[in-house]
Amino acid sequence: MSARIGIVGIGHTRFGNSSEYDLADVMAYAATDALVDAGILEQRRQVDQVFVANMASGLFCNQTSVASALVSRMDMEPVPAELIENGPASGASAIKVAYMAIASGMADVVLVAGGEIMRKVSGWQATDIVATMLHTEAEYNMGLTLPSFGGMFARLYMERYGCTERDLALVAVKDHANGALNKYAHVQGTCTIDAIADSETAHVVNNYVAEPLRIYSTCPVTDGAAALVLVNMDSPKAALFRKKPVRIAGIGSATDTHCVHNRKDPLRLDAVRIAGEKAYAMAGIGPKDVSFAELHDAFVILELAISEELGLFDRGRAYLAVREGATAIDGRLPINTSGGLKSKGHPVGATGVSQVVELVRQLRGEAEEGRQVKDPRYGMAVNFGGFGNNVVATICAKD
Amino acid sequence: MAIDELEKKLRPPELGIKPYPAKMITLASGEIMVVREARREEVGVLLGTVYPLIGVPTDYYDIVATRMYEELLGWYRYRTANEFVLVGAINGVIAGIVTSRCVDPKLGMSLHTLTIKRGQRVGAQLFAAKMEDHIEFQGEDEVYIVAESPIGWRRWMIEYELEDRSHLYPAVRHELGGVPTFVLTRKLWDAVKASKCTGIRPVPPEILATANKLIMPSEYPQIPGFKR
Repeated sequence: MSARIGIVGIGHTRFGNSSEYDLADVMAYAATDALVDAGILEQRRQVDQVFVANMASGLFCNQTSVASALVSRMDMEPVPAELIENGPASGASAIKVAYMAIASGMADVVLVAGGEIMRKVSGWQATDIVATMLHTEAEYNMGLTLPSFGGMFARLYMERYGCTERDLALVAVKDHANGALNKYAHVQGTCTIDAIADSETAHVVNNYVAEPLRIYSTCPVTDGAAALVLVNMDSPKAALFRKKPVRIAGIGSATDTHCVHNRKDPLRLDAVRIAGEKAYAMAGIGPKDVSFAELHDAFVILELAISEELGLFDRGRAYLAVREGATAIDGRLPINTSGGLKSKGHPVGATGVSQVVELVRQLRGEAEEGRQVKDPRYGMAVNFGGFGNNVVATICAKD
Repeated sequence: MAIDELEKKLRPPELGIKPYPAKMITLASGEIMVVREARREEVGVLLGTVYPLIGVPTDYYDIVATRMYEELLGWYRYRTANEFVLVGAINGVIAGIVTSRCVDPKLGMSLHTLTIKRGQRVGAQLFAAKMEDHIEFQGEDEVYIVAESPIGWRRWMIEYELEDRSHLYPAVRHELGGVPTFVLTRKLWDAVKASKCTGIRPVPPEILATANKLIMPSEYPQIPGFKR
């Protein structure tokens, strides 16, 4: 791949409860911030293309065609705009499509905005809406939801590798320590291992959601938006921007069976592994070169499993790395420096974009004090759709 | 306090509320919340805590705070029969308040649950403590419950799988405004208490001492920029 494509603008809303607001307005906040960061707010009509990532605004907030709505909110007509929907991996897919648009020569500057308003409905309804991405007859109609899959996956992982509920809690403690310092995170509070795992009252304070997953093993239901400005670094338009680009070094994506039961081993996340391998190959690096990673921990067990599929840790050993502190902000491979989905939140359409915003913040050295990775070179993000049936891996580099 | 004859006539008959032993809960943040009975002489700090929330429409804080303000006055001035107030305090700072009353030896009437510190399931813990008080300590068999907000509905009606007796209206009716009445029975409580209700007793004296003097919160997540 010869194109050199970089990120020159980032924007992000404070994740949390934005249910009183319109989705297009929330996305417009993030998009405006990205254009300001890029220094092209006044020249925004010079953007060649807008891609909007969203999973289910029609179901969550009775609103469709949000790409058109966003362009209008931003006063950017006649810039072309399209919606990218790929479940909870919509955000990273939109970045991938933006990359392809620039690499193809159809565009030099692309605005990517991802957003979701999930809290207009109850938590139960949100869980049900997210579950519509499962196989209708074999899974959804049987009452399966994403937390139930997460619970079964966690149980099997624990039985096979010796991981315990306390190990899952350690992931949450680490994620919340990072999220507490992230100005964009939904839950900006720390938790202690004593309170959520060891104390006499922990079983109620940190109660089950889908056994063995507990509240502190599971991401909150969150609203929010994130945005990026991508540019062809070899285009004359690259001179428009005030910040040095963070280069997108590699992108890979892959699919897996829609039904989890059709996989030979339900603990193998082949789409993650293949997407990661593609991204590594495109970037010309391997797992040992990754300085930090943002991994899709909708359930903390996924942070462990994804990190193993990417080769960052040996299979069945990631929880031991967490015990040793290897994935903490000052560890040898910090993971989910933003707080991850667990603490930062998971507005499904925004998450993939938000993860890459975090890569850029870290690579620029703009993360808050206390959660800035020391001298990072490569950051990797994995955005996980379905229960691992559509995955996008992205690697960003500081050149 | 001497009670004159007229005041005696104004006061409702009292059943005699049995004491609720204090307990402590380690919240997810690691902070220790002491849950204990409020004392009548603490009504000032309780009212001062509730008052700023009367103007907050988000999540129905306005109606809950307004009604709780009245309930605290009714308790303080002996105008509500058999009312009790529990408070959750972290280092003395009030994190949440619940109000309730006993109708008779067998029936409790849950009034309000007000969470000030959010994101730590303070409200869930205090509501559970209120139910514990009714069933375990007052010895009642049933508690009538209503919800005035969607959060309350999800927390109580759904999570506790309360029995819906709204079809029996008006024979079965909660005292708050005629909204649908749900019931926590002893059987339902026995089914959920292990997963909903917790706390360590007795509270070590040094921790209990932190909650001896209640303190009004200096900030409210519900009111950005709040200054007392």
